[in-house]
Order: sequence, then structure tokens, then C-alpha cells
Amino acid sequence: MPSAIRPWFRLLRASFAAQTRYLPAALGGLIANLTFGFLKAAVLFATVRAAGGEVGGYDLATMSSYVWLSQALLGTVNLGADSDLADRVRTGDIAIDFARPLDVQTSYLAVDLGRSFFALGPRAIPLILLGALTTGIAFAPPAGVLLGLVAVALAAVLSFLGRYAVNILGLWLVETRGVRTLYMLVSSFLAGLFVPVPLFPDWLKMLANATPFPSLLQTPIDVLSGKVSGAAALLAVLWQVFWIVVVGAAGQLLTRRGRLKLEVQGG
Amino acid sequence: MADPSTFAATTAGEPAKTDNRWRPYRAVLASRLRSQRSYRTSFRFDMVGAMLAGLVQLGEIWVVFHNAKVLGGLDFNAILLVFGLANAAWAIAEVAVGHVDSLPALIRAGTVDVYYLRPQPLLAQLITGDIQLRRLARVAVGLICVVAALIVNPIQWTVATVVMLAFSLLFGTVIFACLFVTAAGLQFFLINGSEATNAFVYGGSYASQQPAAIWPGPMKIIFGFLFPMAFCAYLPALQILGLPGSPLLPAWLAWLLPVAAAWAVLAAGAVWRIGVRHYQGGGG
Repeated sequence: MPSAIRPWFRLLRASFAAQTRYLPAALGGLIANLTFGFLKAAVLFATVRAAGGEVGGYDLATMSSYVWLSQALLGTVNLGADSDLADRVRTGDIAIDFARPLDVQTSYLAVDLGRSFFALGPRAIPLILLGALTTGIAFAPPAGVLLGLVAVALAAVLSFLGRYAVNILGLWLVETRGVRTLYMLVSSFLAGLFVPVPLFPDWLKMLANATPFPSLLQTPIDVLSGKVSGAAALLAVLWQVFWIVVVGAAGQLLTRRGRLKLEVQGG
Repeated sequence: MADPSTFAATTAGEPAKTDNRWRPYRAVLASRLRSQRSYRTSFRFDMVGAMLAGLVQLGEIWVVFHNAKVLGGLDFNAILLVFGLANAAWAIAEVAVGHVDSLPALIRAGTVDVYYLRPQPLLAQLITGDIQLRRLARVAVGLICVVAALIVNPIQWTVATVVMLAFSLLFGTVIFACLFVTAAGLQFFLINGSEATNAFVYGGSYASQQPAAIWPGPMKIIFGFLFPMAFCAYLPALQILGLPGSPLLPAWLAWLLPVAAAWAVLAAGAVWRIGVRHYQGGGG
């Protein structure tokens, strides 16, 4: 382990370890993902049947893969609007983070990734097994699955960077609850959480593809399941990298500007 | 904190007994309402956010019906009624008791101990501890959808139709409120499980907006009866629109809505009581 990145690695490992103390919570999340999975499957299967067996390039088998992979990835790719950082900004505790010798954005990223990678164990694997046993999951050939796993890791990074940028707006807004809720709803809709992006009407598809959100969920699902393969899959993953650079840079810029503005009361 | 004299007066059986018993709750609620009126910009922003949230959900349903014209015997106009009723009832429940979802943070920080020490029931304190007026925007979205659906659908207006509308809004709200309380009760076991709570509550809302006829048998048992989500909006909408329903969930079941609500109350009460007794204290 090169000493330059050791602090970040330690943060990641500590966050991973902290999650192991909340196993009942992970079980609760698993049951919730499972419940939503069956409800989603019911609607989307009915949609495929009503449309005559095929809709937006999905038949029942590929739709089943979409449903279970999307549910399995939810613990790892967080589409929620977590409030930990927002609370620290609102209460002024963020000043302590700024005083530390580590970059705020990347150290929070390390903590978030610890949580993300942990979720692969108690959340993703059981859901994939349960999905495979109930309505079935199709996977890409091994090379595709490997690329898919890279896409999952990139999606986890991108999901954090997006949430970070929204939370850090609190340096100007103080109370970000409204913005965060809105971000959660719009991002999960355009990421393809409830309805896969290929089912959107054309104008909405174009709108979604002009945002980073499909890279969060639709891309890793498509690559893992083999719906997108070969050069197209590689391009989709590069598109994720592009968004990581853009959204990450936006977060850095906001942090630096906001830091100049930050005033914390108290002694 | 409760005023000790209030408690003393209540036990002594003074003439103004009931008035005194409710005074602490009223004082807290009034302060919460006042505080929301002070931050007008933030309040307006939250209202717009809540309204957009409702519209995004409707957008999801619209996209599904963009691909399939009829699902489970309902077209978009019919599902608009289901969506409106479910959304309005869910949103009223959220205004009334939604803030019990702050319980995980209280448990994790150990501050819930203070609530145990006060001479008022824990649940009553949590429910009356806050009220979020911004959430009324969601109620408005739901009600607008209901009105729009009542206009675009051909409806035979009778007394039964009006009663069924009132049933759905009233008992639907009770069922959703029970969902919030059940989820909060589970928090005493899950500790860090706010995600589970959210999924539970939002999952219930999601289920209640679906045309239940598309569910396979086991799902009808779970979301039709165990968690009576189909009773909130789907079954009443069938009654109002004069549609037949499906095996296991026929339209006439809608008249058993009060029974379903009573079942939800019993279940939520049991889960909550077990949770409260399970709690061992935050230490420290």
C-alpha cells in the first residue's frame, strides 16, 4: 500500500467494518429491496405482456434481469439523499472536516465506498440469488460481467460525487432538505430505477441521456446482463468516467468556493 | 418538557382535567407551527419540492402506460384515480405522523431515553412533537389527481360513490399512518434501519398505487391482506368506476375497508408495544 493513499484506504476499511455492526439494518434493507423487486416485476412483466411480449427491447427474461439487478445494486449505488454530510454543513461541524489534513470530498468518498462495497455482501448477492431462483436472471459472458463489475464500482463513485455536490450546496443554502429530496426523485427516475430508460418516450430518453443519471444504474445493469456488449459496453463505461470527471470537478469547485464563504459561529 | 403541575392536576381530577392533559401537546405543536412560519423562503422551496415529488411519481406511472395502454384492467384515466386516492391518503398520513421516522436518529443518539422519562405515552409525544406543513403540498397533488380522475372517467354518481370516496381517504389514511408506526416500531430492533423504514413506507405507497389485478396470488395475500395496501385506493377506485376486480380481490371487498383499517391499527399497535418494551436504553 503506497503511503500516499493509505489514509483513504483506512477510512474505507473503517467504514466497511462499521457496517458489519449494523447487520439487522442490512437485513431490513434486503427485505425492502426484495419487496420492491416483486412489485416492480409485477408492473413491468404486465407491461411486457400488454405490449405483446416485447417492449423497448425487453422480453420477460431480460426484464427479469433488469428488475433483480436494479434491486441488487441499490445498496451499492446509493440513489438516496443521505443527510450525514448535509447535517455537518448545517450544524457547522464541516469546519472540523476542513481543518483535517485530508481533502474533504475524497475522504468522504472513501467512507461512502466502504459502505457501498459492504452492501455487495448482505444486499446484492442474496438479491441476485433470490431473483435467479424466482423469475430468473441472465448474465453477460464472463468478460462482460467483469466489465459490468467495473461499471458498478464507477457507478458507486459517481453516485457519491453527485450526492456530495448536492449536499455541499448547503454552504450557500444552509438547509438542503428540499434540494436533496428533489435530487433523489429526479436522479432515481432518470437513472432507470422504476422504469428502464429504454421504455421512456424519445424526448425523455434524450433528456435522461444528457444527464449523468443513467450511468448510475442503467449502465451497470445493461453491461452486467449483456443487454449492451462489445464496443458499446466499453463506450458506456467510458461515458461513466466522463461523468465522474465532470461531477467530481463540480464538487471540488463548489467546495473551494464555499469554503471561502463559510462562517461558523461559536468558539 | 411536561409541566409537572399539569400532571399533578390531571391525577387530582380537577374540573379542567381534559384541558390540562392536552396542554403540553398543544404547546409543542403550536411552537412547531410558529417555527415553520418564520422561515418563509425555505418553506416555499419545500412546498415546491413536495409538489414536484408527486409529479415525478405520476410521471413514472405515465411512462408505464405510455408502453401499455391497459394494465390489470385499468387504463391511464382509471389509474389516475388510484394514484390520486393513494397519494392523498399517504400524504395526509405523512403530515399527521410521518415525523415518527425521526426515531432511528433518536435511538442511535440515545436521546430517546428522555422521551421514556416524560409522563406521556412515547408514541403520543413523537406524533405531536412535530407537524410538517410543507407536506400539505403532496396532499394537494393527490387531491388534484382525484378531481381530475373524477372528471375524465365516466362515473355513475350515487350516495355509495360519495361514501366510497370518503372511506378511501379516511381509512386509507389510517392504514398508511399504521404503516409509519409499524416501521417506527421495528426501529427498536434494527437500530440503524432508517433505509428499511423508508422502503417499508414508500414500498407500501408504491404497492397501493398499482392495479392489484396484475399481482400473482402470493403477492395478493401479502399486499392485499397482510399489509392491506390494495384497500387504500385500488379497491375503492374499482367500486367508484364500477369495475369488477379480479379473483381474490373483487371490487365488493372495498366495503370491508374499515375492517382492513382496524386490522392495520391492531398490528401497528402490537409491533409498537413490543418495540417500546424491547428498548434497553442508550447507555452512557
